[in-house]
Amino acid sequence: MTFPLSDLVAILPELIVIGAACLVFALDPLTPPSRKDWLAWFSVAALAACAYLTISRMGTSVSAFSDLVILDPFAGFWKLLLYGVTGFTILLSLAYLKAARLNLGEYYGFILLSLAGMMVMVSAADLLTIYLGMELMSLSLYVLAGFKRFEARSLEAAAKYFVLGAFSSGIMLYGISLLYGVSGSTRLSAIAVAVTTRGLDDPMLTLAMILLIVGFGFKIAAVPFHMWTPDVYEGSPTSVTAFMAVASKAASFAAFLRVFLEGLGGLKANWYVLFLILCLATLALGNVVAIVQTNIKRMLAYSSIANAGYALIGVVVSGYVPADRAAQAFGLSSVMLYLVIYSFMTLGAFAVIAMLRKDGVEGDEIDDYAGLAKRQPVAAFLMLAFMASLAGIPPTAGFIGKFYLFMAAVKADLAWLAVVGVLFAAVSAYYYLRVVMVMYMREPEAAGAEFRLVTSPVLAVALACAFAGVLVFGLYPNPLVSFATQAVLVLR
Amino acid sequence: MIPISYYVTLSAIVFITGVVGVLIRRNIIIILLSIELMLNATNINFVAFSNHFHNVAGQVFVFFALTVAAAEVAVGLAIIIALYRSKSSINVDEFQLMKW
Repeated sequence: MTFPLSDLVAILPELIVIGAACLVFALDPLTPPSRKDWLAWFSVAALAACAYLTISRMGTSVSAFSDLVILDPFAGFWKLLLYGVTGFTILLSLAYLKAARLNLGEYYGFILLSLAGMMVMVSAADLLTIYLGMELMSLSLYVLAGFKRFEARSLEAAAKYFVLGAFSSGIMLYGISLLYGVSGSTRLSAIAVAVTTRGLDDPMLTLAMILLIVGFGFKIAAVPFHMWTPDVYEGSPTSVTAFMAVASKAASFAAFLRVFLEGLGGLKANWYVLFLILCLATLALGNVVAIVQTNIKRMLAYSSIANAGYALIGVVVSGYVPADRAAQAFGLSSVMLYLVIYSFMTLGAFAVIAMLRKDGVEGDEIDDYAGLAKRQPVAAFLMLAFMASLAGIPPTAGFIGKFYLFMAAVKADLAWLAVVGVLFAAVSAYYYLRVVMVMYMREPEAAGAEFRLVTSPVLAVALACAFAGVLVFGLYPNPLVSFATQAVLVLR
Repeated sequence: MIPISYYVTLSAIVFITGVVGVLIRRNIIIILLSIELMLNATNINFVAFSNHFHNVAGQVFVFFALTVAAAEVAVGLAIIIALYRSKSSINVDEFQLMKW
């Protein structure tokens, strides 16, 4: 069996990432332990090559492998975001892995494999490719979650993530098989046709839709499918948590939007109600439970649940106004915008957490930050910026992201949903600003025993980029907004 | 010719058995087996529909699903072995270092 060369060229970025991952695995035993950084730089170089390829192809829309894969501006948008997130994670990991005595080369291989899965997911036009991409992403992440294999918490996180992840993908796969039974194909376009002929009341279609919502709900950590998130985020190595919280959520949202708008777009009237319930439950639980957390990684896990809730507002909007294409596109582009901004602020916050240590022990309790502003004013200021952005305080980018989502809700006559969102954003300010309060107002613990930051020049550059993203997009969001608007899914 | 509804019913029974197994069993190996049951229920569906539609796409999907399931078991068992070494237990009720 042969493929036309044009198909292979179309998936060249994916091939580069997979090839780089295989090379990293092969070169790892040949690299002396003090030189593992080379593998990281090699991975970053592969990412740069992919980013160049993806940018040079932006604006065109090509499908390959008889419509299994589609390369449209929507896929390009998410791929660029994923390259950025992965590059940041690798830069963040360089210092973190050394400090955590985890300096193993295969780490970068797994990160790249996971990225390859996400890239397949965001450019998939068939449930088969979406499923394969999602499994490649998840299997690599299960391994990464248990990467601190000498620490019980990390292994426990890996086991919980694995069991619940495999359970959810089993449920999703059953939904896919029912959709195949309804439409005779797993192509999203063929499913869209079957949905219009079958109508809204078909029980099998409704069941398949619910099963898919459960599967994706697990991946994006929406309540009530969120129970793995806090444990896994707390137990995993911090650099992996950052990658999971941002990249896997972004890729899952991309695939989720494509499935529900392109494949199941005809069922909008059915699914928007379910998403509205998920969205409200996610906002409420994420924001309220985050208040009582004492571990900062756990708090950010609930914050990431809450942020999935904000992003769901845009999804609800795109389903609520079936006739109004412009309002739908606005809802979608605000989801995309929000997830980009969320990536900057969450990665930045996790990067600061990954640096904080005392005698080789990671400082992940909020109390460990007491008096940080006196000893490390720059890091404390960066954390202040990321927390303010997460809370949605102007002039940070987090404000812009929430503003566009709430505006989309108001435009679609869902003003009450925007009000609920604003109220929960006010609740969230309490727990984000508590971290700032501890850093700036509280006296440090006994002298000599306090937590210090393990920094490196590379990490400083990465943090500067995240900070610049949070501030620049907060003051001048137009380029990002127009990019998201151009890349929005072409709705039928 | 056996009607398609028989296959779909069988697959639904297998799938529900798997889901209930994941939810009520405490041994992580049994949980893993229950997840495999869920995936196999899906395969029954795919093959039955594939036969029904005279369309090979469903059987192709089964090959991919089987491969993914094998990879999943490999990673899962590796995690379980690592966990057993550190805890000397495979009972999920004992995995509670982290609680909200």
